[in-house]
Amino acid sequence: MIGTEPQSSPGFPGEGDHAKHGGGVEGAGARPLHHDASRRGPPPRSGEDLVLFETLLRLGDDSLILGQRLGEWCGHAPSVEVDLSLANMGLDLIGQATHFLNAAGAAEGQGRDGDALAFHRDVLDFRNCWLVEQPNGDFAQTMARMLLFSTWQEMLFGHLEGSKDATIAAVAAKAVKEVRYHAELSAEWVIRLGDGTQESRRRMAAGLDWMWRFVPELFETDALALEAAERGIGADPRKFRDDYDARIGAVLAEATLEAPREQRPILGGRRGHHGEHLGHLLAAMQYLPRTYPDATW
Amino acid sequence: MVSVASTDAVWQVLEGVPDPEIPAVSVVDLGIVRDVRPDRVTITPTYTGCPATQVIEQDIRAALDAAGFRDVAIETTLSPPWTTDWISESGKAKLKAYGIAPPLEAGQRAVECPQCGSTETEEISRFGSTPCKAQWRCRACLEPFDLFKCH
Repeated sequence: MIGTEPQSSPGFPGEGDHAKHGGGVEGAGARPLHHDASRRGPPPRSGEDLVLFETLLRLGDDSLILGQRLGEWCGHAPSVEVDLSLANMGLDLIGQATHFLNAAGAAEGQGRDGDALAFHRDVLDFRNCWLVEQPNGDFAQTMARMLLFSTWQEMLFGHLEGSKDATIAAVAAKAVKEVRYHAELSAEWVIRLGDGTQESRRRMAAGLDWMWRFVPELFETDALALEAAERGIGADPRKFRDDYDARIGAVLAEATLEAPREQRPILGGRRGHHGEHLGHLLAAMQYLPRTYPDATW
Repeated sequence: MVSVASTDAVWQVLEGVPDPEIPAVSVVDLGIVRDVRPDRVTITPTYTGCPATQVIEQDIRAALDAAGFRDVAIETTLSPPWTTDWISESGKAKLKAYGIAPPLEAGQRAVECPQCGSTETEEISRFGSTPCKAQWRCRACLEPFDLFKCH
């Protein structure tokens, strides 16, 4: 993977779903789950469960998918130290996902646990943002994704420490320190590569250019997210947008890189709209438990 | 059955359970054991994704069973989150003797080489062989070593 050049553009379908802001709660409320509900039991009993369930899925799926992506680097990183860094960050994220998805299963109340949610949902049922499912590309592209996501996740978890949901608050309080490390590490690499050689700089700029269009989705606030924020279980990310822009801007300035031009944002991951990349990731991740459903550790 | 003596005995059993990844210290030294009651032991994970968490629970279960405490349950709690401040003083001394620099105290800036004691040290990598450690190097004795990260 090290030498792999990113393709000319991220593979996303033409429809970016960007005209459908705020349609989220209807989408999420009216048809909460794409899976065959009759096979799994009755639909959620109350709207309250559903908001908590969806909130936990969004959190858990972000962590799970990025954790899986980082795991793809195992044995392929530029050096053994970097290999360890990427695998350890992936481990932190999969730890978060385990907590969030187990709690999502409990909120849903239909007997699904974190493993069932991770390994037995199809692509349209995933609620992660587009940024985390983007392919690793080269190391610079991976670091661009890590900086943009971890900086956001650190701020999000900082707010979620005060969540009225005890699990969300506990996981956020515990994980925020780990994520701060992810954000620092990726910032250091972005600076080192951006302000490095001509080649590292070219690659760093290309990696940022790939990932930039997926940032607006991190701050998209649909009706479900708003309801979760109003109830005090979720956080309204618009509260820390300015801080985020300032932090990213400072890293880019130190890296002597210019922020990429604003691009047409790609939205919809929170409602199950994903790019072609996620299906391939799930195929690798879910193959074993789906092929051998009785397999245990 | 419910007596102070029994919690003392449970603590004693737990002090004999080594951490699976750093066997020089016990789960009590590391501050993983948060509470002991006559009917249950409460433990907390160090890192959110630490793969040793499950092994630790199994090891504690086996040790309790072997000591006859089959009725003592094990509970896991995330809150309040574990920090390196929970590592006991004797735990820090054991880490150092094992070759792992203990986490820095508040206000302490220089990392001391656990081999030669020099503070002429530098970070090689923020991540090491486990989630809780970073890789460092001593510029005086040139030996690499693990630093238990402040967390």
